[in-house]
Amino acid sequence: NPWVALAYLAAGVLFILALRGLSSPSTSRAGNRFGMAGMLIAIVTTLVTHQLASLPEILAAIAVGGAIGWVIARRIAMTDMPQLVAAFHSLVGLAAVLVGWAAFLNPEAFDLLVVTGVSSNQDLVSIKTAIGPVSRVEMALGVAIGALTFSGSVIAFLKLAGKMSGAPILLPGRHIINLGIIVAILGLTAAFAMGEVDNTTYFAAITVLAFIVGFLLIIPIGGADMPVVVSMLNSYSGWAAAAMGFTLHNTAMIITGALVGSSGAILSYIMCKAMNRSFLSVIAGGFGAEAGPLGDGA
Amino acid sequence: MDFIAILSIFVMACFVGYYVVWSVTPALHTPLMAVTNAISSVIIVGALIAAAGAGNPVAKWLGLAGIVLASINIFGGFAVTARMLAMYKKKERPAAAAAKGAAAAKGDKA
Repeated sequence: NPWVALAYLAAGVLFILALRGLSSPSTSRAGNRFGMAGMLIAIVTTLVTHQLASLPEILAAIAVGGAIGWVIARRIAMTDMPQLVAAFHSLVGLAAVLVGWAAFLNPEAFDLLVVTGVSSNQDLVSIKTAIGPVSRVEMALGVAIGALTFSGSVIAFLKLAGKMSGAPILLPGRHIINLGIIVAILGLTAAFAMGEVDNTTYFAAITVLAFIVGFLLIIPIGGADMPVVVSMLNSYSGWAAAAMGFTLHNTAMIITGALVGSSGAILSYIMCKAMNRSFLSVIAGGFGAEAGPLGDGA
Repeated sequence: MDFIAILSIFVMACFVGYYVVWSVTPALHTPLMAVTNAISSVIIVGALIAAAGAGNPVAKWLGLAGIVLASINIFGGFAVTARMLAMYKKKERPAAAAAKGAAAAKGDKA
């Protein structure tokens, strides 16, 4: 359906205008409205082009979530803004994990099945189907980035809200541990993609390991670097949405995810420069942070 | 759609995202982050497809849960951005007034 693609393109353009608008005070409010319009177009387009069997439940879910979000946004104190944004990121990460698992459990609904083998036994022809290998890689990466965003954002929220000490928690050999887990996630993704069937154990292991690595990447980062971390997690949530967009062949999610992913990364870089912090140290989870407290104390 | 077409769209969008935020005013870092966060809840599109898909009740409920989470983010994210921007507007005037006052005071001294 070309209209769907055009509507998603319009939503993408509105999101670009929103990001552009937010970079200057005079256009910022218009930018925010462009963002809202883009989101409305993306949601309405998706609703009218998919079978509406569960429309009442869907509308109820939007109403419940919308009411919660609205009340929180109205009531929160201005000083609590950074941790609120961190908390919101965790929701996007978790939503990406849920969508990834939904796609894994119900691949027919997303047109992910490919024929993996045909066996004919005299008159009886049976066709074996499974999730395509490319789709498996995309969903594994989407779920992994989403899970990492979720657990990382929860830690960022706890640190910013003062519910957890803002001091960096430095585990011995943490870079080796983090690297090991990331390599394990990539290895499992390869095994998951190459297997003959879609292996639930691999997919679950990828999800769990990504939750753990998100936690480990953020605990070594001190409170002062948290704004940059929140921006970086924002970028990750965009990459997660883009990866899910690849899985679902959905251009709205790909365009928007890529926009959020790259602009979030640039924003983190700009913030690092403004605060005179090393970009690498923040994205690699307190890399070289040993020098940080000394520098602050002096 | 084939993979290369999708990849092209992805790479182009990455470049747009890269160029669009370089000139951001430092005071707008947090609002920009908040609006980007709201926009990233486009993941709701995936959740809607999951919730609409028949066949697997677990997948449907995961989709509905995803819709609730993403909706919190959409409504909360845009509302919070609007609040921050409103505060920015109010702050601008007293600051300008104070600057004028300071300038006037300096003028008196001289």
